[in-house]
Amino acid sequence: MLEKSKNILVNSLINAGVRTVLLIDSAGNILVNLGQTADEIDAISLAALAAANLGATAQIAKLIGEDDFTLLFHKGKNGNINFGRIGNDLILITIFGEDVSLGLVRCRITDISESLRIIFEG
Amino acid sequence: MALIDLSKKEVHCKIVYYGAGRCGKTTNLLYIYNAMNTKNRGKMLTIDTKGDRTLFFDLLPLNLGKISGFDIRIQLYTVPGQVMYAATRKLVLKGVDGIVFVADPLRVRKERNKESLEDLRKNLKDYHLNLDEMPLVMQYNKRDLADTPIPTLTIAELEDDLNKELKRKYFEAIAIKGNGVFETLKEISKQTVHQVAVKHLLTTL
Repeated sequence: MLEKSKNILVNSLINAGVRTVLLIDSAGNILVNLGQTADEIDAISLAALAAANLGATAQIAKLIGEDDFTLLFHKGKNGNINFGRIGNDLILITIFGEDVSLGLVRCRITDISESLRIIFEG
Repeated sequence: MALIDLSKKEVHCKIVYYGAGRCGKTTNLLYIYNAMNTKNRGKMLTIDTKGDRTLFFDLLPLNLGKISGFDIRIQLYTVPGQVMYAATRKLVLKGVDGIVFVADPLRVRKERNKESLEDLRKNLKDYHLNLDEMPLVMQYNKRDLADTPIPTLTIAELEDDLNKELKRKYFEAIAIKGNGVFETLKEISKQTVHQVAVKHLLTTL
């Protein structure tokens, strides 16, 4: 299951130039960590904050009458981060630089979302 | 829910410190962070907010060594205690494996403690978890206040208010000085790892 999802993520995102891919659950547990090494990025904190961030965003959505926002994107000077929900309980985090376009990342995520959901949720 | 990585032989458990506002949850984590060897603990994550309240959560990852060849990794979380942060408190409880309930001994906080325990029970129920079946340890904090003129609750009163029906192990603590902090952590880790092993690991292997 993990190997299959890793292959999908490497082929689709890492090979497209995405620096880091993290697949986590909504409690902040890391299922897959690809790309940068543990020395370069504090994945545990990132996963906890991302889960909290999407949880908080879901509450904001409810306040304005939406069910949820499925995508979150933050732009930085050298790096960008994109959060997307996969099914009910998974979150896909991608970190990429200016050399990769947001459109490409979003297209690739849309392409693989369903395959990942089926792998983990059946 | 605990995450078991069979390929890396790792078990990840989530322990949440729960309790009313200003009872000392973050103080517990800070003491553990400062006292532990850097090899066995990760970075402490605190979302920086003005003032000394926790607005979202604190996180401290720990390495507890190996059991039956599995690396035991624990993540300690605190919740914001103040009543108004109900939504965030519930978010942090998602996927919890063990709970430390920190009680404030100030007599004026008697009702707050009880409300917080009820709030915990209700939030767990929303995640289809039952407090009576969860690994849980009570910590009666700020025991140094008992020797001062500040009106405080006795251990018997705290037990009667919070632990009469639950009947869980309790520890007296002065978290700011470290008294009782590691005793509490040791007990909750033991209970949590045991429950995770019985529930998930022994059936998986």
